[in-house]
Amino acid sequence: MIRLVSTARAALAAAVLTAFAFVLSGPLANLALWSVAERWYTPYKLPVTYGTRYWEQVFRPTGDAMASLGTSVWIAVLTVIVALALSIPAGYALARLKLPVRALFMVMFLLPQAFPSVAIYINVARVFYQIGINGTVFAVVLVHAAHGLVYSVWIAAAAFAAVDKDLELAARNIGASPLRTFATVTLPLAAPGIIASGIFVFLESLDEFTGTFFVGVPQVTTLPLLLYNAAMGGNYQVASITALILLVPSVLFMLFIERFLRADVLAKVGA
Amino acid sequence: MSQRQLALILITPGLLLVAALFLYPLGFSLISAFTRPDGSLTLEWFAKAFELYSGDIVFTVIIVLTSCLLTALAAIAIAGTLTLGENRWVVGTLKALYRWPLFIPFIVAAQCMRTFLAKNGLMNNTFVSLGLMDPLSATSFLDWRGIIATFVWKQTPFVALLLAGALASIDRATLEAGRNLGASRLRVLVELALPQVMPTLLVALVLSFVTMLSVLSVPMMVSGSQPTMLTVDMAFRINAYGDYATANALGVITYLISAGAAILYLKRGMSKEAAP
Repeated sequence: MIRLVSTARAALAAAVLTAFAFVLSGPLANLALWSVAERWYTPYKLPVTYGTRYWEQVFRPTGDAMASLGTSVWIAVLTVIVALALSIPAGYALARLKLPVRALFMVMFLLPQAFPSVAIYINVARVFYQIGINGTVFAVVLVHAAHGLVYSVWIAAAAFAAVDKDLELAARNIGASPLRTFATVTLPLAAPGIIASGIFVFLESLDEFTGTFFVGVPQVTTLPLLLYNAAMGGNYQVASITALILLVPSVLFMLFIERFLRADVLAKVGA
Repeated sequence: MSQRQLALILITPGLLLVAALFLYPLGFSLISAFTRPDGSLTLEWFAKAFELYSGDIVFTVIIVLTSCLLTALAAIAIAGTLTLGENRWVVGTLKALYRWPLFIPFIVAAQCMRTFLAKNGLMNNTFVSLGLMDPLSATSFLDWRGIIATFVWKQTPFVALLLAGALASIDRATLEAGRNLGASRLRVLVELALPQVMPTLLVALVLSFVTMLSVLSVPMMVSGSQPTMLTVDMAFRINAYGDYATANALGVITYLISAGAAILYLKRGMSKEAAP
């Protein structure tokens, strides 16, 4: 009797887990199928013919996808540069220097994340239109950088706060100037955290849709915009392939995090 | 130069960007929503917003609340199983699987669901193939159900991750004691573990709530039909009519909805602090 109950419980657990796996991976499997489906129509449950014709179309050097990928990566790189150029000094000031109303400044950088953003973006687009920069890469980079500042400032402040103050003092004691101490001691020690925040800002910029939709169209087409246009135009193959390209950096990031976590956990074993 | 002056100089460029690209447009949206072109105060844009979009306002609130509720339930189930699960195989599989949608962009999630939940999408096809559904009764889920499904699919890993972290850090002794006294695992989870991690769960849900209110791609791509969410209405007012006043009135309504969530959270926090 007990064995029967435990078998039933195991079967139930397996069924729930299978349903969970289906819900989780089904949408992604559907995406992958569409990317290699040359013809797929009802009533067929699976694609009628498979092939890589659409991949060739997307990856053709003259294809929209390669151009959009280039635009996306270029915007993301510029966004990281702008965000880090602003957040490294701000993070240092927040972590190390006496600052009046420090908490208020921290909240200021958090605010753009705390409000529903569409109403903000439509007004940014209006201002950009008036000063004539709407539809430029510059405008999109500014919008992405403002969005990314939350992560980069908060993480940079934490990274600088974690640097041992005694090491800075030691450098100062042997005669290094404050600037030299910062460049040779503080910044290198805080670098891993700052690089992590840069990766985060890069990924956010690559995936960003709403801001680009209002500020960039029609001149600037990033990968998310290409995906949107293809999907709304009914071209499921191109939309799915674009979506898969967008997934690559996200998955790499997740594997990186996973490795990092695993190493962290392993280090604690037996300690 | 004093340290304070240096600190202010270092922080100013970042603050200027936030002021120019967040505070100024925020202020502009507030002013534009309450004034006529000649500068006089008015509520007529709100009247117009309510007249045209009152259905969508209710729809948006219901979608976001339902999505948060379902996300919370799914996240509790996942985090609870991860923390209290006794079957190593189940816990291991769940741990490997549940985080997948976390780093998937909303727009990719929307495209996935657009094909998966369609009338002839993989979901219905699988049900038909398994004999769970009659082909003629297959319906498209690309409406409010699709939006909720996408939001829950995308946000559950985030909430579950924070919740599992909080659950892992609470004192195991109370939970073991509960188990030893004969409480079921579900009861230990609901009565002993969850109350201790409520603040974490609420923070994660408030963040998810604001995120869902801000997403434009999911309602546009998953459900093209009426009713729709306020983000889509705002984009439509701008792109079709250049009507900033009504769009900004709708924007102020979304601020108020998200402020409602934040206030509920703060109120709960305060009543908790007041309690002995």
